[in-house]
Amino acid sequence: MSAHPSVALDKPASAAIADQQQAALSKTMRNQRMQDFFFHKITFLFAASVLLALVGIIISLAIGAAPAFKEFGLSFISTVEWDPVEDKFGALIAIWGTLATSLIALAVAFPISFGIALFLTEICPVWLRRPMGTAVELLAGVPSIIYGMWGLFVFAPLFADHVQPLLKSTIGQLPVIGQLFQGPTMGIGILTAGLILAVMIIPFISSVMRDVFEIVPTVLKESAYGLGCTKWEVVRKVVLPYTRNGVVGGVMLGLGRALGETMAVTFVIGNAHELSWSLFSAGNSISSTLANEFAEAASPLHVSSLFALALILFAITFVVLSAAKLMLAGMSRKEGTK
Amino acid sequence: MNTRNPVYRKRLLAHRIGIVLSVGAMAIGLAMLAWILWTLLANGFGALSLNMFTGDTPAPGSEGGGLRNAIVGSLMMVGLSTLVSTPIGILAGIYLAEYGETNRFGQITRFVTDIMLSAPSIVIGLFVYALYVANVKHFSGYAGTIALSLIAIPVVVRTTDNMLRLVPNSLLEAAFALGAPRWKVAMLVRLRAVKAGVITGVLLALARISGETAPLLFTALNNQFFSSDMNAPMANLPVVIYQFAMSPYDDWRSLAWGGALLVTFTVLFLNILSRTVFTQKTPR
Repeated sequence: MSAHPSVALDKPASAAIADQQQAALSKTMRNQRMQDFFFHKITFLFAASVLLALVGIIISLAIGAAPAFKEFGLSFISTVEWDPVEDKFGALIAIWGTLATSLIALAVAFPISFGIALFLTEICPVWLRRPMGTAVELLAGVPSIIYGMWGLFVFAPLFADHVQPLLKSTIGQLPVIGQLFQGPTMGIGILTAGLILAVMIIPFISSVMRDVFEIVPTVLKESAYGLGCTKWEVVRKVVLPYTRNGVVGGVMLGLGRALGETMAVTFVIGNAHELSWSLFSAGNSISSTLANEFAEAASPLHVSSLFALALILFAITFVVLSAAKLMLAGMSRKEGTK
Repeated sequence: MNTRNPVYRKRLLAHRIGIVLSVGAMAIGLAMLAWILWTLLANGFGALSLNMFTGDTPAPGSEGGGLRNAIVGSLMMVGLSTLVSTPIGILAGIYLAEYGETNRFGQITRFVTDIMLSAPSIVIGLFVYALYVANVKHFSGYAGTIALSLIAIPVVVRTTDNMLRLVPNSLLEAAFALGAPRWKVAMLVRLRAVKAGVITGVLLALARISGETAPLLFTALNNQFFSSDMNAPMANLPVVIYQFAMSPYDDWRSLAWGGALLVTFTVLFLNILSRTVFTQKTPR
């Protein structure tokens, strides 16, 4: 076309068109850049709102808790007394209840979750893995209040009639440890709460464990089998060492869940502000104290003490969950390099 | 194989014990699920009737009644929370996947989202109380909605982020090569490619907040009467179940079991739905 003589005459016109196109193009590009700019900022705003929520929670809890800490000082944490009538508050019973129930839950849930993860990754026929895995994960879907009702009306009576007397007459007779299994067998109490929490956190721990077991390179396992290892030896000596961080991370995640669990514990822990060595005795956890008393707290100091409890709970779970996250992050890096 | 060799026999025994214990653990897990579901069916099935859906929560000692106000209240709060948390969660998830891959802010936000995912829900209820209820000086359905949204948002953010990062780069580069701006690529190509996965996240969030009780105790509270005013205390299934289950009246307890059955099977249905219907279409 450019060879055509008439082009020379039209040149100014075509240059104008080119200029126009150029201008239109740069306008579009400017628009797009502006749209992208706003897109970036808007999505940033929403991401920042998540961060802001966390900061807001910490600040508002700290403000709410300030009067209690001002009144009782740091000894709030180590004081046993919790007396709304006298306006004297200490967190030790609730902290002990929270830690005791969570640790019992962990001790029970860990071996069971390990067994489930092992079953799902190594033993179960492939076609059954998905339905079986889903069934266990459904345990995590059951609302916490349902565990509470089941625990209070079904589990606790059975536990009081059959299991607690047995524990009392066997382990309860031992020196030292025996003290933990003494007292009236009411069915409700710290041990029951711990056991129900165990059922609740099994799906969390086992699904993390299953995920980390699955990233063990097949070559490693096959080498071990090639040396004549049994399945159990492969799991103990190859899979577990390889996934140690991930397993610990999963356990911490379960612990984090157990610490903050409210409704199920509130139903079965017995709600008594007493400190006792016996795991059969009724107690209170931080979350159950909050659920029971917050709506009825009258004095400002009572309310503030409850906020202080919430702050302590949030701090503990924050630390535990952060540790879990860091451990699991190390694990996923391993996955990347396999 | 030489089964007489004591070392072999010991190893084989250890192996068998390990396997049996593992199968036993699995059996315990399944038995617990079956036991809980059976308890719900045995106690709650009798309470299921048309009355439960048409009558409001009864006064102490009075006969009959249902859970209509609680069901409607729960639906309204959970529905509104889903409407609020879905766009917020998706946009935040898009930010994390698009811009937050390497920068510090993105990493911190991702970390915080993971923490919020497992944060004690009662603390979130307390936070909303301090922030909103204490300021407007009355419990309300809106406060409950805020608390539920705070729980749902991290779930949506997390799944959206994870799903978006599964989209192959070549797909995005093809769109960029056509001259599409970044927001179009993100919204119309990347997000669309994982639509199913994002819906899964929303369903999971929905399942999660449907059964939450603790954050509603100090926010929505409860209401014995039918009310669709979200600016007033609002009845909701979990709190009604809690109060009725702890009550001394048999009628109330029976209603609580009926409600428990309803909530649990809804939540489990949502869970299964999110797993089976949508996961297959998600890129791997």
